[in-house]
Order: sequence, then structure tokens, then C-alpha cells
Amino acid sequence: MLAETLLPNGWLHYLLGGLLIGTGTVVIYATTGITAGASTFLESTLSYVSKQSRFQQFRFTSTRDWRVVFTLGIVLGGAIYGLAFGEFGWTTEVQWWRLLFGGVLVGVGTRLGKGCTSGHGVCGVGSLSETSLLNVATFVGIAVGTAQVVMALGVTP
Amino acid sequence: MAGETQADGGRHPLFMPAILLGGVVFGFGLGLSQMYRPEVVLRFLQLSDMGLLLVMGGASVVAGTAFALLSRTGRTAPLTGTQFGKRVKSMDRNVVLGGGIFGVGWGISGICPGAAYASLGVGNVAILYALLGMFAGAYLQGFVRSTDDTAATSTEEPA
Repeated sequence: MLAETLLPNGWLHYLLGGLLIGTGTVVIYATTGITAGASTFLESTLSYVSKQSRFQQFRFTSTRDWRVVFTLGIVLGGAIYGLAFGEFGWTTEVQWWRLLFGGVLVGVGTRLGKGCTSGHGVCGVGSLSETSLLNVATFVGIAVGTAQVVMALGVTP
Repeated sequence: MAGETQADGGRHPLFMPAILLGGVVFGFGLGLSQMYRPEVVLRFLQLSDMGLLLVMGGASVVAGTAFALLSRTGRTAPLTGTQFGKRVKSMDRNVVLGGGIFGVGWGISGICPGAAYASLGVGNVAILYALLGMFAGAYLQGFVRSTDDTAATSTEEPA
């Protein structure tokens, strides 16, 4: 079966999870008009502690409080899921240096590229924005290539 | 810009609860879809499980449908008075350069910002390495670009 080759771990939880991610985005959009992305939180939160002019822009300082609330909501949603489905306390086996150094590049790239998997990937693709479609095609393509190289080098997990 | 702090400090009393509720649903979805596990994202990037396409596809169809329908009404959002519109970001070389750097980082780590927040909620404390890295990376680019800004005024649009 083609489906079992492409989706060896099932499909329903992926689809339902995706629909919920979209629904969370819509809850915020329908009430506030905001198309929220997750990575802006990194810079808007840095504006609390850094005087760098990049972070002190009005677009960060004027939205940093609700971005903290949005992120706490995501953390809380993850906790509710973990407790409800008996996965609370699960820990990744991906090595720490991959998380740390990959994370640094994610921090640089998402902020330089004006968005991440939620801002460009969900909101931007949903808006059929050419900027977002180009960004998503770039990061997915590069990420597939990078993951292939890492795997070929024998790094697991 | 939507959702900014008002000069009189006045936001609708339901503004923050709406943001929190949206975040909770969003985070629960990242849990249910297993995107909080770097291993599952890496399986997609290694092309052995295409589930991530269903996640991103499902999410963007729901979001895109709401954006299109509400934008067409010409109305304003009830809690902010902001005109419903679509997400528009200007195109420049940083969109591709940043996407490329993000792609390398995503391919190495298997984690992105929203999924990292949800992963922390599930109790995956190891993800703090990734969050530390993301803040460091965001600071690094901000530090460099703050220096740049003294020579040339930033022309970026509000987020």
C-alpha cells in the first residue's frame, strides 16, 4: 500500500492535530485580527532585557505582553495534551548539541526570514502569500537536504 | 497594527483570554500531531513519514479559509477593531536567506519555535537546549542588525 509507505505511523492524529493548530490560529484571528506567529516571541521577549535598537522597535515592545501570553498558552496546551494522553514527561533522545546548535540557526533564520513554521507555514501559506510560499519552499527543501546529510554522516538520534 | 498596547492602557477585557485560548488550542494541536517530538519531524525530513504535510496542510487550510472569509466581509475584529486582512510580508533576499538558515537549523534539530514551546509543556526538559539556542540566535541577528540600523534606517513593516 502506498499509504503505508508514505504514512507508516498512521494519518488521523496528524490531520486532527493540524486542524487544531489551524483552529487555534483562527481563535486569535477571528477575535483580534492578528495573524500570529510563534517566532516573533523570541525577539519581543528580548526587548524586555536588551536595549538593542532592533528589539526596541514599537512592533515588538507594543506586542510583547500578549506574545508572552500566546507562548504560555502553547506551553499549557502541550501540558494538557501530555497529561490527557499519558505522554507527559516524554523526553527526546535527539542529542543536546543538535538541539542547541540547530536552535541557534532556527533563531537566526526565522527572525531574518520574517517568520517560521507557524507565521509563514500556516498563516502565510493560508494567505497564499508569495513571500511565505517562497520562504517555506526554501526552508523545507534545505531542511530535507540537511537531515539527509546528518543521517548519511551516521548521527543518530 | 493589531493588538498593540493602547496609549490609555485599554484593551478589551477578553483580549488576553482570547490569545491564551488560541495558544492552548494551538499547543494541544502540536501535541496531538506529535510535532513536539523532534524525532517525528526528522522522520519527515528524512522522507520516511509524510505526516508533517498533513499537519501543515490541515492547519493552513483551516487558517486560510477563515482569513479569506473574514477578509471578504470587510468587517473589523470584535476585540481590537482591527480590519480583517491577510498576512502580508514584504519580499526581499532575507526571506530566502533566513529561510535557508532556518532550514539548516530545522534539519539538524528537528524543532521549530512553536513546537519547542509545546514540547516544554509536555515536560520534555531537554528542549530547553533548543529554546536557549533560539534565543541566542535571535539575539545574535538582532545585535548585528542593530549595528546595521545605525547606518541605514530599517524599512521593515510591522509584524
